[in-house]
Amino acid sequence: MSYSALAVLAVLAVLVVDLAVLRTRMVTRRVFWVAYAIVIVFQLLMNGVLTGLDVVTYEPAAIWGPRIAYAPVEDLLFGFALVTLTLASWAAVNRRANTASRRGLDTRTRRSSTR
Amino acid sequence: MGHLTYLSLLVGCLVVTAPLELLLRVRVYARWRRLLVAVLPEFVVFLAWVFYAIAAGHWEYSDTRTLGIRLPGGIPVEEVLFFLVVPVCAVLALEAVRKVTGWDAGYPAAPDDSGSIAARNERGADRRAEWGQ
Repeated sequence: MSYSALAVLAVLAVLVVDLAVLRTRMVTRRVFWVAYAIVIVFQLLMNGVLTGLDVVTYEPAAIWGPRIAYAPVEDLLFGFALVTLTLASWAAVNRRANTASRRGLDTRTRRSSTR
Repeated sequence: MGHLTYLSLLVGCLVVTAPLELLLRVRVYARWRRLLVAVLPEFVVFLAWVFYAIAAGHWEYSDTRTLGIRLPGGIPVEEVLFFLVVPVCAVLALEAVRKVTGWDAGYPAAPDDSGSIAARNERGADRRAEWGQ
């Protein structure tokens, strides 16, 4: 499979993870998109240096061709998948941890002795 | 910069985002166990992707702009660090926006969280109003 195909597949996969598997719904939240807007600025900078200085070089046959700041446009999909998967996972881990500790703090029930 | 090009970019990311933890106090590094658990799926999936991409010849790494330390599959050690550094920076960005705006991220704030800056400013404004200022 080409980089292009994999990149599209990765975006679809993280949307499924965010919306249906973890149900963190990050892509529906304002806080996510503002954070992503900040991240993408730094991604373009860093990616620009990485590809501009040939730290990474791409096989022309594996990509569509158009580039933004030296890097193939596929890198934007790659970056979106990376950031979205991470933030959905971070939200899920915190949802679980904070909800659990709040339950412990807010109720007067005895802690379960079975676990 | 030669062999240190890639590594110094990663260090740059950590330096640029450090004030979010140190000054804005987003408590991301402070919750390092959660951070590790949260980053794990991304780390595994994307390293597997790079492993495949190198094998399939989708992209390759410079020997002169990396340290030259390669892991199995030809993955440069910097690339492994990339998949730790970049997600941590993304989490720092999210928590910073959440802290400043108070917008909902889908999970309750940590019990030891002093609240968003927006909420604190509002409380401050209320207090000033009470004091007739």
